[in-house]
Amino acid sequence: MHRNRLRAAALLTAAAAATSGLAACSLGGTTDRSASPGRTVVVATHDSWAMSKSVLRRFTKQTGYTVKIEPNGDVGQLTNKLVLTKGAPIADMTYGIDNTFASRAVDQGVLVDYSPPGQAASAASYALPDPTAARQLTPVDYGDVCVNVDDVWFRKHGRTPPRTLADLTRPAYKGLFVTPGATTSSPGLAFLLATVARYGDHWPAYWKRLMANGTKITSGWDGAYEVDFTAGGGNGDRPIVLSYDSSPPYTIPKGGHRPTTSALLDTCFRQVEYAGVLKGANDPAGAKAFVRFMTERPFQEALPENMYVFPVDSKATLPAAWARWAKVPAHPFSVPPAEIAAKRDVWLRTWSDLTSR
Amino acid sequence: MTSRPTGRRGGTATLVALSALPLLVLGVFFVLPVAGMVGRGFFPGGRLDLTGVLDVLGRPRVHRVLWFTLWSSGVATLVTVVLGLPVTFVLHRLRLPGRRVLRAFVLMPFVMPTVVVGVAFRTLLASSGPLGMLHLDGTPAAIVAAMVFFNLAVVVRTVGALWEGLDRRREEAAAVLGASPAQVFRTVTLPALMPGIVAAASVVFLFCATSFGVVLTLGGLRYATVETEIYLLTTQLLDLRAAAALSVLQLLVVSVLLYAAQRSRSGREQALGRAAARDAARPPRRRDAGLLAVTAVVLALVAAPIVALVVRSLHVDGSWSLGNYRSLGAVGSGDAALVPVTAALANSWRVAVDATLLAMLLGVLVALAVSRRPRAHAVRRAVGLLDAVFMLPLGVSAVTLGFGFLITLDRPPLDLRGSVLLVPIAQALVALPLVVRTLAPALRSVDPRQRQAAATLGASPARVLLTVDLPLMWRPLLAATGFAFAVSLGEFGATSFLARPDRPTLPVLIYQLISRPDPSSFGTALAASVVLGLLTVAVMGLVERLRLGSVGAF
Repeated sequence: MHRNRLRAAALLTAAAAATSGLAACSLGGTTDRSASPGRTVVVATHDSWAMSKSVLRRFTKQTGYTVKIEPNGDVGQLTNKLVLTKGAPIADMTYGIDNTFASRAVDQGVLVDYSPPGQAASAASYALPDPTAARQLTPVDYGDVCVNVDDVWFRKHGRTPPRTLADLTRPAYKGLFVTPGATTSSPGLAFLLATVARYGDHWPAYWKRLMANGTKITSGWDGAYEVDFTAGGGNGDRPIVLSYDSSPPYTIPKGGHRPTTSALLDTCFRQVEYAGVLKGANDPAGAKAFVRFMTERPFQEALPENMYVFPVDSKATLPAAWARWAKVPAHPFSVPPAEIAAKRDVWLRTWSDLTSR
Repeated sequence: MTSRPTGRRGGTATLVALSALPLLVLGVFFVLPVAGMVGRGFFPGGRLDLTGVLDVLGRPRVHRVLWFTLWSSGVATLVTVVLGLPVTFVLHRLRLPGRRVLRAFVLMPFVMPTVVVGVAFRTLLASSGPLGMLHLDGTPAAIVAAMVFFNLAVVVRTVGALWEGLDRRREEAAAVLGASPAQVFRTVTLPALMPGIVAAASVVFLFCATSFGVVLTLGGLRYATVETEIYLLTTQLLDLRAAAALSVLQLLVVSVLLYAAQRSRSGREQALGRAAARDAARPPRRRDAGLLAVTAVVLALVAAPIVALVVRSLHVDGSWSLGNYRSLGAVGSGDAALVPVTAALANSWRVAVDATLLAMLLGVLVALAVSRRPRAHAVRRAVGLLDAVFMLPLGVSAVTLGFGFLITLDRPPLDLRGSVLLVPIAQALVALPLVVRTLAPALRSVDPRQRQAAATLGASPARVLLTVDLPLMWRPLLAATGFAFAVSLGEFGATSFLARPDRPTLPVLIYQLISRPDPSSFGTALAASVVLGLLTVAVMGLVERLRLGSVGAF
């Protein structure tokens, strides 16, 4: 009796195995066709990556390499994945590590030295201060995280918009500010660093005042801008939001000529994004070629429209709306990357304790 | 001996044969990665170091986080069950016009991406929104409400599959004997449904306890759960030791709960008189008014965030427009190198087919194994254990699992990091508990004497399966298939780690779109979410039709 039962079970298992084989076919079959001939550079990057196909085709034409993009979550996730897979890297090169995470990648020995020749003169000012880091990470673009205000709202209510970080804690702006959190959003982290740069060791006191003044924290930039911000399309009720210096051009109304919002240039923290070749890359030559390509004009000029950041090459042409309306702060806040690496965890824990229960 | 169909040796051998493949899959794609990640935390520098782990578990913050996780998920589970049962009754036992559409509609939230629903919820609850006067934004109540919203489908479908196969004559008999409707429900219906309710509740609890986007988006970072802590520790602080400690804590808590659920269930299962061949639903009567009203309110609450989402997706620059929907096919053909939404939808579809096949296959094997009633005590224990083991993937952090994949499946013979199969396999593991939870209570409710009778009359085990179990199992099987498909379409946590960038699934693409700082990507993400929801409703509607047809054939 039980032998029969056993046979039925075995039959089922065999059917199981056969079906899973089938399932394998339906997807497995399609991979091979999509695999491109020739050599491929695999790029580990963050989820905000976007680049026009024509620019990437140009790279393929120049070098024979096809580019394969692998998004890996936000900058923190990207960096930590690279650290965890050291020795068996998930890609040939990486793009998107910024000045807030650079030290971790460099200290953990994830990268090899490579600086492409012929970089723009302006690029030097974005290089990392640490000599090893500067040899391994090549600056590609930058963007400033700044407090933005809804000018229309302030005009309508007959009030003066804030100008500085200190203004945000004044009773006049109580309950008007919304920002993404430092632990879940990279602009949120940049804003925390701006306050660290401005207030030094006293930043927790500033955040206490900020929270006491009715500041709202969301998990991501989208929640802050698209739900709570008055000019974000969600009909929110907070006219002050943390966003980018490149945000205002996107608020030029249909048929209008000027943005309805502006960035407060005294509240900005600069994020610089870097590219580097990974240690143990399958194809180091291809990786180097793509790092170099990223510093060249065609890629640099495509950055604003695709990734909403400024090219490090100051001679690259900007889109018209950007050139006219995206104002870049002259003296953004900054914190030395080595200090960020050493203290980030403590800062984030302190920040969490200040803002959560 | 021959009169004991599941004697000690036969029972064990069959059990092993049935569970071999599912266990292998679970071992490679769940145990190995999680162990790898936990190992990194427990063995920093290659040596076992428990002091650090114990230190983490002693932190007051960890206790606070654990407590919040337990009570918020507990309350959410309770509310989901209490609200879900009337809806289940109305949608599965009453012959209402449009009930099939409504059943499919209930499943819609289940597949909606949390990031987008989070925004929709907040659009309603924010102080400027239509429900702003409730002051719920950023409160635990909002978190719990969203958890209920997402998981209502689990109760309605798991319990519904059992309920609609329940023979009404038992209840009628009780009523004839003078029992009030409440008494009938308490003494006849509820005990029969209990295994399904406990099964659904444990799945809902696991989904709530590991939900992540909901807690962060709606709690405004003010509340932390074990899951959000693991995310923070792993992806931002790279504190693997603390993350490992919390992952183990999560596993322990989940195991204890599963054990308790298993215990409370095993005493209550009963063979049920079943009405497979005819529709057990009846036309609504006047005394159903209360339940109908409750159902209407619950469905309206479920609809509210969806309506908010649809309305918002139809706005561009503050005025009504179809622009967001027009751009669904266009993303990627222009400048941005993202995949068009239509292509992601096609990927999702293909992945879902594979994942569903795999989940059903493994699910049927596991359900057959765990619904056995072996006499030997040790084997019965093993069955109970097996039952719980396949629930574990729901109770473990997607972050731990995802990072675990990266560090353990990276060298031959298991160099699978680039494999297209990882996504369907991971989704199948997530869907598996739901499939088992839908099938096993139904299988267990098949009267074993029916099988024994068939066997005595000379039917082979395969024939018993075909002629006794299968006709009774059609509805649960179809319900499970639809469910697995929906899980796959909506899965984001594990998929986001494993999906190949050149072929993202729709939820992954929606997430990428929503994190881009321009309004048009945001609009496209909203439109894509609506499409994903509608697709699910359409598929479920079709499955519902299919299911009536096939029942008629038997």
